[in-house]
Amino acid sequence: MKQVTDFIIEEREQRGAQYFTLTLRHPSQMQKIVPGQFVEVRVDGCREVMLRRPISVHDVDEERGTLKLLIQIVGRGTRRLAQLGVGERLNLVYPLGNGFDLGVSEGSRVLLVGGGAGSAPLYHLAKELSHRGVRPTILIGGRNAGLIPVRDEFEQFGDLCIATDDGSLGHRGLVTEHPCFAASYDRIYTCGPTPMMKAVAQSALQRGIECYVSLENMMACGVGACLCCVVDTDEGHLCVCKEGPVFNAEKLKKLWNL
Amino acid sequence: MLEVKIHNLVLNNPVMTASGTFGYGLEFADFIDLSRLGGIVVKGTTGERRQGNPYPRMVETPSGMLNSVGLQNVGVGRFCSEVYPKIKDLKTNVIVNVSGSSIDEYCDVASQIDALDNIPAIELNISCPNVKCGGMGFGTSPDMAAQVVGAVRKVYHKTLIVKLSPNVTSIAEIAKAVEGAGADSVSLINTLLGMAIDIERRRPFMANVTGGLSGPAVKPVAVRMVWQVAHAVKIPVVGLGGICTAEDAIEFMMAGATAIEVGTANFIDPAVTVKIIDGMEQWCKKHGVNDINEIIGII
Repeated sequence: MKQVTDFIIEEREQRGAQYFTLTLRHPSQMQKIVPGQFVEVRVDGCREVMLRRPISVHDVDEERGTLKLLIQIVGRGTRRLAQLGVGERLNLVYPLGNGFDLGVSEGSRVLLVGGGAGSAPLYHLAKELSHRGVRPTILIGGRNAGLIPVRDEFEQFGDLCIATDDGSLGHRGLVTEHPCFAASYDRIYTCGPTPMMKAVAQSALQRGIECYVSLENMMACGVGACLCCVVDTDEGHLCVCKEGPVFNAEKLKKLWNL
Repeated sequence: MLEVKIHNLVLNNPVMTASGTFGYGLEFADFIDLSRLGGIVVKGTTGERRQGNPYPRMVETPSGMLNSVGLQNVGVGRFCSEVYPKIKDLKTNVIVNVSGSSIDEYCDVASQIDALDNIPAIELNISCPNVKCGGMGFGTSPDMAAQVVGAVRKVYHKTLIVKLSPNVTSIAEIAKAVEGAGADSVSLINTLLGMAIDIERRRPFMANVTGGLSGPAVKPVAVRMVWQVAHAVKIPVVGLGGICTAEDAIEFMMAGATAIEVGTANFIDPAVTVKIIDGMEQWCKKHGVNDINEIIGII
């Protein structure tokens, strides 16, 4: 069930110049959140910001009743959020959207491809997959080492591979040029910049691999009411907030010329 | 204490939701008890299914937002067969916002909705700023507005509310014209036509270039127009435009609104409508107002 709740900021961690994480504690009983779902964060104390900001869930600790957000500072809203400190409250509408399809059998060969803030939901996904007996390959890309906000933590759940444009960390080049990308998989999940996800989906579909992509968009309501965040899928205009944010790449064939 | 009447329509309280901001109501069922609302005005419905405008469709602006959704909806056929069964038993007034590109289309949609037992009213949208044909075209000339309302009046027999555009020289003239053509009520304001430019990319933020402005930024304009219209017509006025709090709602009622609609505020707080209802009740108690009708149009 979706809720509007004041969470309490329990921990804040800076990750390079552009990223930070907030660990938020629910005041009582937190709703179940599945990997790939997102929250809409109210940004208080900023005159220019009226609408909530959609942020994907990075990690969940059901026992402790906490969730973690990995936030990239991109505009006025996220700049204001970056100023918040431990003990302050953050109002969330959550959990929103459809998570990643988890219909993979134990021992399946699964690849997760993330770029920038897109690695946020893949962490929650990798954790859930490992609980289900799947040890995924996790391929993370970025322009340089400083722009890879999550890396070593992934190693507990799978095999970590890194690609940077400048070669400052891992393989030099795009994620699609990393040797592990060419291996054979039963399923690929991806979240990150659109050109990256498009290239990943293109290759996956060519190789007959089922592929799920998590899209991002500017949103108003977050619940499928305002129809502002649509994407032109093979089934027509669908809301990223309600019908997504995770889509089977098959639905994006027309949009991405797959 | 809060009960009001719009023609034959009895509202438990004056708070309704604005079309296009509340889906079909069900999207908000997790957040509030929908039966507490005075009414729900559901998404604008046209004769055929519409894909709406290309995107980006939305941009945030100071104290508001621009949208150019362009009436994306499933069409009246699927509304009646698929959506209506899911919402017909909601314990509130479910009102359908009706739109079209021609008088025939408005009449076709209105007559199909007329046949649905649990829809006690329609809001005739002659003010959508985001469609090329019809929409606002019908709402900016008194003659055209009267024509479409007159035609719909012949085929629609329940409470007929007509939603007016603020993008006109004299909204009172349009209101008088639709009153003369048989409207039971008018609602105002629809969004104000606006535009925003991304100066780094040197192009408009929205694919449709222009869009409708909503949110607190438009509230003073809306209050002024409600006041003008309330003094020009005898039919009840439904006020909307930037309402976020109970105080905002009371302000609209003093300006002449019998009921109000909450729109953009639903995006900021999905439970805001219930807070507004509770706040209005508290305001009445605090100020010794036994019946909210006492304050309607006191300005």
